[in-house]
Amino acid sequence: MTGIVDYNAGNIRSVELALLSMKVEYRISKNPLDLVGSDRLIFPGVGEAKFAMRELKKTGFDVFLRDWTASGKPLLGVCLGSQIIFDHSEESDTVCLGLLAGTVRRFPADFKERGLKVPHMGWNNITLRNGHSSLFDGVEKNTDVYFVHSYYIDPADPLVVTATADYGFPVPCAVKKGNIEALQFHPEKSGAEGLKMLANFTRGGAPC
Amino acid sequence: MLKKRIIVCLDVKDGRTTKGVKFLDNVDIGDPVVMAAEYYRQGVDELVFYDIMASARDRGPTLDLIRRVAETVFIPFCVGGGISTVGDIRSTILAGAEKVSINSPAVRNPDLITEGAAIFGAQCIVLGMDAKRDSSMSSGYRVFINGGRVATDFDALEWAIRAEKLGAGEIVLNSIDADGTKAGCEINLTRMISEHVGIPVVASGGAGTPAHMAEVLTGGKADAALIASMVHSGEYTIGSIKRTLAEMNIPVRL
Repeated sequence: MTGIVDYNAGNIRSVELALLSMKVEYRISKNPLDLVGSDRLIFPGVGEAKFAMRELKKTGFDVFLRDWTASGKPLLGVCLGSQIIFDHSEESDTVCLGLLAGTVRRFPADFKERGLKVPHMGWNNITLRNGHSSLFDGVEKNTDVYFVHSYYIDPADPLVVTATADYGFPVPCAVKKGNIEALQFHPEKSGAEGLKMLANFTRGGAPC
Repeated sequence: MLKKRIIVCLDVKDGRTTKGVKFLDNVDIGDPVVMAAEYYRQGVDELVFYDIMASARDRGPTLDLIRRVAETVFIPFCVGGGISTVGDIRSTILAGAEKVSINSPAVRNPDLITEGAAIFGAQCIVLGMDAKRDSSMSSGYRVFINGGRVATDFDALEWAIRAEKLGAGEIVLNSIDADGTKAGCEINLTRMISEHVGIPVVASGGAGTPAHMAEVLTGGKADAALIASMVHSGEYTIGSIKRTLAEMNIPVRL
């Protein structure tokens, strides 16, 4: 059973519909207690970091996500969920969950002069790095995925980066450390290749 | 490398597509869900559903349409028309749309952009703008509302810059002069707006061939091109357009 964290942060419905289309069993809840027995967890979200952290604290998901990480069961952060797991975000100067060491930074101010729009919005191809994450098993090499973000993840340990996308510089867009994985882009909105990544996560082996 | 997006717009009325399409004449051509699925299969990058019954109070059919599209199409899509309150934005996003496009209501109440962006994020809030040449305006273009029927005092460039500051995450720019001509897009207008804002600009209106799209994506500096009749007519497929653009060295998702 895959659990989906619902904390009032944007369109989590699309993650739910992606799992439905693949006939993956899932449970979505605003109450951490409902998700305790899940085998794996998807932590999605779009929106603003400070608002999201406030909602996580209000619902108790902040403590739940820390306990979950310590339990060793698989966790997949998506978009805002991939940012909130780090120590800190420059968005509204927000202290985040600190499940992974690193900072979430705003794209540099000189992007406008360089003709690079912010948000980084649209389809961009990803380059796999640092060995292999099973999330990308069977996924086309160099595949395009859908991005929309104004802040990017900057992990303290560059070796946790499993994929980058070129936008002004090699922007980290996938990370893996232990039982934690995270994707900055939207696999649920990236067509067939994105669905493969969600299938790889949800059909992964039983947790240890 | 970030690709130039090809976006297809579907006009809907009471949850049905208003214009027929040739390529689907053996199926229910009025069903926008079927059309959306076909364009998804062809490799479209994004879809826009425009509710042309913008004045209608009952948004039920549109919300039902959004739910059905979200179940079948796993790419981003935007919904426009008749979205004039934060409540409209919320119901549209919760039904499964990624973005809402706000046109006339944003002119009447610019705070709607700021309120929407604060709750749902700038990436959700698209400014729709209809602009027409007018030498009495400082940029040379005037903003129109109500489907291009009503002139405003807004200068197109000033409005675009202001909308970005208010919190819009993207601008869909429709040239009234070019719209429906199939003679090419408004390169000058598109480039001017795109160079002066830091958010993506989607060019709309006037494209009749892939070469027209190429022009606005390069010379016009648009980040995406929005098309409708080119593909609804069956003259082109998304695949044929993208292959042509790729041959012209325009980065597209194939």
